[in-house]
Formats: sequence, C-alpha cells, structure tokens
Amino acid sequence: MNRDSNVYTFTFATLMVFVVASVLAYTSFSLKDLQNENVRKEKMQNILSTVGIKTDRDGAEKLFDQYIKEQLAVQSDGSIDSSVNVFKDVKLSLEIKKSPDAQDFPLYVAEIDSEKFYIIPIRGNGLWNAIFGYISLKEDLNTIKGVVFDHVGETAGLGAEITQDWFIERFIDEKLFDANSTLMGITVSKTNNDPSNLDKTDHEVDAISGATITGDGVTDMIKERITHYVPYFEFIKSSNSIAVVSNNNLNLN
Amino acid sequence: MSKNKVLLTDPLDDNNPITVQVLGICSALAITVQLKAAIVMSLSVIAVMAASNVTISILRDLIPNRIRIIVQLVVVASMVVLVDQILRAYAYDVSKELSIFIGLIITNCIVMGRLEAFALGNGVWRSFLDGVGNAFGYAWILILVAFFRELLGSGKLLGIQAIPDFIYEMGYVDNGLMLLSPMALITVGLIIWVQRSRNRKLIEQG
Repeated sequence: MNRDSNVYTFTFATLMVFVVASVLAYTSFSLKDLQNENVRKEKMQNILSTVGIKTDRDGAEKLFDQYIKEQLAVQSDGSIDSSVNVFKDVKLSLEIKKSPDAQDFPLYVAEIDSEKFYIIPIRGNGLWNAIFGYISLKEDLNTIKGVVFDHVGETAGLGAEITQDWFIERFIDEKLFDANSTLMGITVSKTNNDPSNLDKTDHEVDAISGATITGDGVTDMIKERITHYVPYFEFIKSSNSIAVVSNNNLNLN
Repeated sequence: MSKNKVLLTDPLDDNNPITVQVLGICSALAITVQLKAAIVMSLSVIAVMAASNVTISILRDLIPNRIRIIVQLVVVASMVVLVDQILRAYAYDVSKELSIFIGLIITNCIVMGRLEAFALGNGVWRSFLDGVGNAFGYAWILILVAFFRELLGSGKLLGIQAIPDFIYEMGYVDNGLMLLSPMALITVGLIIWVQRSRNRKLIEQG
C-alpha cells in the first residue's frame, strides 16, 4: 500500500484517534474510584490539620469520624439546612458561583478534649487559578486555631508558598473580628510592621515577597467567606448566652 | 550482543542526554529539589520512553511519513496521561508534588528525539533498549543533582534528616540557594565539568 497517499494518511489518523481515545477513556474510567477516594481522604486530612491533628491519608477517615461531630450546611440567614450532606455533596467551586442566598455554606464542628472548633472551607482566586483551604476557629468564633491553604496553579516558589508551614503558622491566634465585633478578616499585608508576628489583634500577617496577587487573594477569600457565616455565629453566641446554665444545649435549628 | 549493550551504556556517559546532548534540562532544574520527586520522575520517564519507543517501533512500517511527528506526539502524550492517571490512583502524594511536570514529560525533548532518531528505524528490542538506556542516562543525572540539592539545601535525604544535629550546633546552616533553580543549573554544570575532564571522547578539538 502507498504510505504517502492521502487516503492512507487519513485512515491511519482516524484509526489512531479511536484506539488512543478508547484506551485513555478505559483507564480513566477504571481508576476513577481510586482517585476520588484519594481526593476525599485528602479533604479529611486538610480539615483535620487545621485543628492540629496531623495524620496520613489512610488514617484520616477514622480520625475524621472521631473528631468531627457535626457537618452543617449554613444558610445566608443563619439557619441550617439539615437535608444536605455537606462533606459529600457541597462542592465549593460550584457553590461560590451562585448568589449568596442560594449557597450552602459548609461548616464542620470538631470536638477535641471537650473543646469545640469551627472549621470553614474557603475558596477564592489567586493569580492564575483558584486558591482554597480551610480555616478553623476556636470556641469564641474569633480566634484562629489553624489554617491550611492549597492552590491549583500559583507560581512555584512565589504564590505557591502559601501552602508552606511558615506561612500558615502566621495565622494562628490572629483574630477575625475587632473589639466591636466587626468582621475585619485577616489581611496579608506588605506593611504589617510586626516582624515576629506578636501582635495578634492587628488582623494582619506578613505577605510573601513576589506573591502580591496571591496574598490579596488569600485576604479576599477569608473575608468574603467568613462574612456569610456571621449571622450563624450571632445565633450561636446568643444561644450560648441563653444556655449558660445548661451548656450542652448548643444544638442547632 | 555488544552492539545492543552499547544502546544501554552509551547514553549513560558518552552520549548522555542531559550532560552531552543537553536535552531535558528544564525538568532537571524543576524537580530536583527533593530526591523522592526526582526518583519518581525518573521512573515515569523510563516507563514513558520504553513504552513509546516500543510502540513507535512496532508501528514504524505503518506510520505515514507525512504525519509521523504527530503520531509520535500522540503516542507520547497518551503514555504520559496513562502514567499520570496511574500515579493519581496509586501514588497520590507524589503525583501532587510532580503536578504539571508529569504532563511536561510530553515536552521533554529526549522522548521525541529518540522516537524520531531511533525507534522509527530500528527493531522493537533495540528500540526498547535505546529508550531504557536514554531514560537511565537522564535519570542518574537527575537523581545525582537532587541528591546534592536536598542534602545541602535542606539537610535531608528522601525527607529524612541526613546531616546530624551536632553539625548544626557547630554553626552549620542549610544553604537555601540550593533549593532555587539556578543552583540546579550550576550543579549540572559541575557534573558536565567532571565528566568532560574524565572522558577523553568528549573533549572538543580546538
């Protein structure tokens, strides 16, 4: 057969595309479950790491069940939609595209040594692509217990550094609200002027050189996400103060 | 037999893809901060090169000449996607660490270069050896560079502390510059220097 003829070339190309497509589709399909399982466990790992529990991926599920007591779908008015399975069904990447009234805001409540922590998933935009993470608050709903950040495609060595321990440690014990309970968020700041990060009430942490836009993205996503939880926080605080005597009545709805 | 053996040994030294042909430098700079990532990248490249060399060699009498580069590209790309999918399922942490660099194996000139220069004109077994040989030539340089960068940059090897505490107590400090790309280039340069001064064949006639 003439290997240089047009017919042969086209036939070869068409066949090749079919074969390659089938092989790739088959592989992708048969490995899908394993891959999703990895992503799911990593999510548990991330949530746990904000409250100081480090675990490998295989141990994540057990510890997650042990420590995470509640998974709530907070609504923008502060109520809870108990029909939603937050961990499984709420995809923040899709959720943040809706109007705030239509969104479910996931909230995980962890209990460690009878101390409660509130873990909020956050998501926003970095320089090149999405950045996301989790932020956990202590029982006062103000002080940060821990954070974890991840990203899709920030610049290695610059924006991608937001995932590093030395960066996320700066957020620990910072306050989200000022003395008048106004939401300040945490600003990733170039003019923090607090090199040892001793001032925990300035609502600021040091930025990363060369990662201005990613840093601004972190600032924005924390404030934007937390804003929607404020009504629910108010609700918890008020029900806490009513139920000072019977402190176990923190339940929702 | 000895002719086949040359296919394996030649790329390790005399015709090394990185230090002599100066191919695949980009990934050699990018993923040599840690030994583990370099090892996994090497294994992936070995798998991709062996598999695509064999595939192209099997098809070499069927591939239309006019679209041969496209065919090579498709073969390499699908092998890379396969490796990526498998890593994501079975070695998730590593695949996260290598992230886009796995995809960039496609652009690694060594792979396409060997397909075009060797697999299109040689039998299956010889092509396999050539692929593995060149991938090993790439791999050992990568691993050597990563060894020095991780050891001197973070004082660790494979993530385990390798420089004992008492040296730190004597005032030794990890060299952060080793973690940045320029030092990878310099390390590769030093390897080339050592290699050229040892290997007579590589000394250029002035």
